[in-house]
Amino acid sequence: MIEVQHLVKRFPHKDKAGRAAFKTAVDDLTLCVGNGEIFGLLGPNGAGKTTTIRMMTMQARPTSGIILYDGLDTRRDARRIKSLIGVVPQHVNFDQDLTVGENLELHARLHHMGKEERRARIEELLRYVELADVINDGVRRLSGGMKRRLLIVRALLHRPRILFLDEPTVALDPQVRRRIWALVKDMAKGGVTVFLTTHYIEEAEALCDRVAILSKGHLIDLDTPANLRQKMDLPNLEEVFLALTAEDGAAGKGGRV
Amino acid sequence: MNIKENLFDIATVFWRDWVVLKRRMAKFILSRMVAPMLYLVAFGWGLGRSIEVSSGTYLDFLVPGILALNSMNISFNSITPVHAERIYHKSLEEYMIAPIWPDAFLIGKVAAAVVRALISSAIIVILALLFGAHFQMTPLFLLVLVLNCIVFAEIGFLAAMKIRTYEEMAQVNTYILLPMSFLCGTFFTTQSLPTVVRYFIELLPLTHTSYLLRGIGSGAEVSYLSILVLIAYAAGGWLWGSRAFRRLTE
Repeated sequence: MIEVQHLVKRFPHKDKAGRAAFKTAVDDLTLCVGNGEIFGLLGPNGAGKTTTIRMMTMQARPTSGIILYDGLDTRRDARRIKSLIGVVPQHVNFDQDLTVGENLELHARLHHMGKEERRARIEELLRYVELADVINDGVRRLSGGMKRRLLIVRALLHRPRILFLDEPTVALDPQVRRRIWALVKDMAKGGVTVFLTTHYIEEAEALCDRVAILSKGHLIDLDTPANLRQKMDLPNLEEVFLALTAEDGAAGKGGRV
Repeated sequence: MNIKENLFDIATVFWRDWVVLKRRMAKFILSRMVAPMLYLVAFGWGLGRSIEVSSGTYLDFLVPGILALNSMNISFNSITPVHAERIYHKSLEEYMIAPIWPDAFLIGKVAAAVVRALISSAIIVILALLFGAHFQMTPLFLLVLVLNCIVFAEIGFLAAMKIRTYEEMAQVNTYILLPMSFLCGTFFTTQSLPTVVRYFIELLPLTHTSYLLRGIGSGAEVSYLSILVLIAYAAGGWLWGSRAFRRLTE
């Protein structure tokens, strides 16, 4: 189980008068994700989704708050937790000087996989996402959809128990998006916990067991897509999302900084 | 701490750089021949004929200086692509989310930079011998050369961790490496400098490398204090570089 308790992230920035100040990107976020669950973090641009994922994957240190993985604390057990998680970032972050195969080999080595295991797993996964033919090509030559599939394959290489996907289908055509959804569902069926961020409502509705709605860094609501629709008496998650984030915007104008 | 795993992590970081270097080895060797060749022709054959030094020819005096400045430049510049990996390609994130010993990243990168600088130094030694230079290469000579590469690879690593833009990275070359290339006892001894400038220059690591390589190369006695200075710089660079890498997550 993943437990996030009172998570806060403040970044230094300059205010309108040019004075040094702090901007709160994530504000007192508390949530739990069960093992084997597909959990969605939904919110408009700038809601704090990526910052949350970066803290949960130990790429950014929280200003305050606790993140636990089955009782393991990110502040003390980082190396152990890192071996349990796989991360698909929002942006393409391959090593541009390496080929497709070498990028995967690098990842496998960084996760201490043995030579034979590396070779077999790379071959198996590339075949699974139909990228076996490009194993010796430079990553720069891949199309957008291929890069995205390769990012997912790389994150799965070391058989993580928890998979983080930050906007996994952003800027992809519908066919590729559906293919990635199928891949994520397959992972969850295989017992992997999936934590994804998205601002596509239909993505959250199609994939997630539960959804947390985030706006301006804080949690507005957390429930199953069906319960959210029912609570708000709205026909779909998109309407719920618009209603909740609009309410939050109005509250923000009313006084919250 | 699992030592076997930590060594494996260092080997992984080194492996990545070795794969890239192997692919570009021919280009790397050819490009590394240009600058030393020009130095040897211009300062060794050209200007050097009219310069007298107390021990041997100016070419013999010059070669250790070229080795020092070249190993500084190559080791520094071999590690600067880490800056693009951090700022532009974001590929450093792969290492940050991997269950590796954080220092393995620094050590692996520095080791790869040292190998590049040593290949480049071997090219200079061959060229210098072809140009008729005389100098001795002892294990201590090699140790000093490696120490110099480590120090400047670590400085390159630090710059890659701290600096935000390509322009600022280029400025490190302009404001730090270029002046050191000329002033740190490479082309002439620091004795020729005004006293205040000399004291400052003699604090810099490259001055100690030039002094040591020239002394060991000519078979003279050298001060072990200079070796300690280089070791101190290398240790300081490791501590600072390690801290900078760990602080990327802040």
